[in-house]
Amino acid sequence: MMCKSLKCFIIACLSMVLSIGVYANGDTTQIPNAPHPTNEGHAAPKEAGDFEPGTVIMEHIMDNHDFHLFDYNGHPVSIPLPVIVFTKETGLKVFMSSRFEHGHAAYQGFKLIHGEIVAVNEQGVKTESKVYDFSLTRNVVQMFLSLIILVVLMLNIAKKYKKQGAKQAPTGFQNAVEPVITFIRDEVGKSNLGNKYEKYMPYLLTVFFFILICNLFGLIPGSANVTGNIAFTVVLGVISFIAILFSTNKHFWGHIFNPPVPGFVKPILIIVEFLGVFTKPFALIIRLFANMVAGHMIITCLVMMIFIFSKLSLGAGLGFAPVSLAFTIFIYIIEVLVAFIQAFIFTNLTAVFISQAFEGEHHEDEAHAHH
Amino acid sequence: MSLLNILLDGSISNMGAAIGAGLAAIGAGIGIGQIGKGAVESIARQPEAANDIRSNMILTAAFVEGVALFAVIASVLAIFIK
Repeated sequence: MMCKSLKCFIIACLSMVLSIGVYANGDTTQIPNAPHPTNEGHAAPKEAGDFEPGTVIMEHIMDNHDFHLFDYNGHPVSIPLPVIVFTKETGLKVFMSSRFEHGHAAYQGFKLIHGEIVAVNEQGVKTESKVYDFSLTRNVVQMFLSLIILVVLMLNIAKKYKKQGAKQAPTGFQNAVEPVITFIRDEVGKSNLGNKYEKYMPYLLTVFFFILICNLFGLIPGSANVTGNIAFTVVLGVISFIAILFSTNKHFWGHIFNPPVPGFVKPILIIVEFLGVFTKPFALIIRLFANMVAGHMIITCLVMMIFIFSKLSLGAGLGFAPVSLAFTIFIYIIEVLVAFIQAFIFTNLTAVFISQAFEGEHHEDEAHAHH
Repeated sequence: MSLLNILLDGSISNMGAAIGAGLAAIGAGIGIGQIGKGAVESIARQPEAANDIRSNMILTAAFVEGVALFAVIASVLAIFIK
């Protein structure tokens, strides 16, 4: 039995190898030309007026200089945003992004090419001068909106607590926010950080509510994908990293540079432990970024499938529409859940890493004695 | 047309990206399935600990999903960076 399966395996491998050899030296006239990749690297041939799912999906996920709401009669309807650019030759220029006419016109020596502002000369050819783009893009505007809502909300609730005191029953919007704040304080703060939790509660609460509000706003159709932007999550991760570094003590660094292991494994472990200090915030960054981008991409792809199918035939598109709609609603509800979960995970893991940083000597015997 | 030309025209990277994303989905499915199995069995043993077990399950599932999404990001990079 063993010999028979071994023989079959060898025959399968040989046939695979030989067939690759046949195709590799095949007839040169039959291989078609490789399609030219467009600038986004999307390797599909482009016809005039053709529908490109790749660019539409990318436009939904990336940053833009206007809020593109929808297309009406082939003409895009969008809310323009201010453009603030600085070059060494022309200085600071401020104007609305509607001047670019969605990438068709150059204005004051600048042109919008694939979402990026480049400096052009009179003929419309790209020049070498470096453009510093400080524009209020849609990510920035949406971030400011989330910030204003967060600050106004929290200040109102704090004012209510100051007026009523903590002993009275909560009223109005306090009812919705107080259980969440208590949840973060108990499950994330107290259970991870022990009795030093009060020092870190402001940061943990801020990061939780900011990520939550940004995630939830990103789910509204037509809005920007703030948390799915790697720059945004990198900044959040760096701030968490600084918070972790500020809570480290001698014991923590002692464990990294002098781990209690036998001598021959120590050099490897020191490198691994030192890299471990950086990989933990890096995982926080990538986790939040990837979850949000993947969620938005799935929703957009599922809706694009209707258009892709209708390119084959109108009947296929109409028939596929209910299926796609059902899947899209399902994934949308999951994305709302993921918005909450990702905010909670970011906060919880920051608290866990902070607690690992100021751990101190192992008090396991004392803890068991108390039970 | 040689094997080298086939490999260099960029279509193999798309295939690799698609296969990588599929393998990531398999990995996430198996991982989160094991987490769910352990959590449901523990709740069956001790129903009054259900809340604790549920929050631990969600936390661990987010870890596993984060790792699967690392693989998805690597696949997306394989497609869009030639």
